[in-house]
Amino acid sequence: MSHEHLIACHECDLLLRPPELEPGGVARCPRCGATLYKSAHRSQERALAFTVSAIILLMLANFFPIMALQVGGNQVSCTLTSAALMLYHEGMQELGILVLITTVIVPTAQMLIMLYVLLPLSLDYLPPRIPDMLRMLNMLRPWSMVEVFMLGILVSLTKLTAMATVIPGIALWSFAALMVLMTAAISAFNARHIWQLLPLENA
Amino acid sequence: MTPRAVSAADEGLLNCHSCGLLSKNVPNAHDRCPRCGAHLHLRKPDSLARTWALLIAAFLLYIPANILPVMHTASIIYEEDDTIMSGVVYLWTSGSWPLAILVFCASVTVPLAKLIALSVLAWTAQHKSTWRQQERTRLYRLVEFVGRWSMLDIFVVTLMVGLVHFQSLATISAGPGAVAFAAVVVLTMFAAMSFDPRLIWDPEQKQDD
Ligand SMILES: [Zn+2]
Ligand SMILES: [Zn+2]
Repeated sequence: MSHEHLIACHECDLLLRPPELEPGGVARCPRCGATLYKSAHRSQERALAFTVSAIILLMLANFFPIMALQVGGNQVSCTLTSAALMLYHEGMQELGILVLITTVIVPTAQMLIMLYVLLPLSLDYLPPRIPDMLRMLNMLRPWSMVEVFMLGILVSLTKLTAMATVIPGIALWSFAALMVLMTAAISAFNARHIWQLLPLENA
Repeated sequence: MTPRAVSAADEGLLNCHSCGLLSKNVPNAHDRCPRCGAHLHLRKPDSLARTWALLIAAFLLYIPANILPVMHTASIIYEEDDTIMSGVVYLWTSGSWPLAILVFCASVTVPLAKLIALSVLAWTAQHKSTWRQQERTRLYRLVEFVGRWSMLDIFVVTLMVGLVHFQSLATISAGPGAVAFAAVVVLTMFAAMSFDPRLIWDPEQKQDD
């Protein structure tokens, strides 16, 4: 059997002929139901637009305070980084680093890699080191937790409201928007389409 | 389900885990993908051994994660240690029961269910079971999807620590339970990543031959 036109399901190893997709369609494995790939129709343009907006929001979300707490005459506000650093200085280094990785470093790396790949592609130019970049994106994906952090903001907001007056900050709204934009960017990004642009060496 | 399912492995083909290109499984040939240069493996290397090792470590840390305090509150009126569970109870009694249920699911149910589910997956795969393969694959997908949500409590503690430090009035600091809990989340995520769902489907292939 010639294997040039076949693919294998990454979740059950079923060998199959990749079905043609309509714009917006999704190919699923007939045996285990895994999502195999999505239609590449206009996907990279959408992904690029979402990525650029997400990068702007990432900056807002990280440099502005998430919320401020008012007790008597005192007011304390915190940014994501200042909260993580507080953990770090209290001797909880591992926790501080884990929080920074999952909410700042990984999401930023994801969006910058996507920009690096998508911007040249939109100008019909294939940037160098694409395989490393796509592999890195795969590796980073499970560790990007912006949406979980957003829920964390809501829970702590509720807990703190019982203690004192809470003033929501710019970063709170930025995180909510960032969550939506990043999800949209990652789901629009079509890695299979980019892999297919690459030549086969020593095949 | 198709009656005669043929896997790539049956045809001597390797599926590149990184770019999805199929290559012939030639012994002693270069073991790198011709398109993306990734190392090729028929299945994830030492999948079950790694999954078990990470699971056992996570099971052990699950105990201190639930017993030790995750948060310490000190104020002029009172001092208090909060465990994961007492945090849920606090949310419940203060009237925000939708959030209480949410935190309970993310911090108590999900980590334990994940540990049990991964153990079942690893055990059945090890015994080459053909029992409910489709459901087991779906379970694996679910485990991979929900695992990250357990970080919720860690983020809540981080924000509370970051905000509540009014020197004379009240200060919140993180407790050792939070470190153990974070370790459980990270270890189970690694365990899910090292499990190879294709092992669920391999036994059936052997019988077809
Ligand atoms: Zn499949
Ligand atoms: Zn490859």
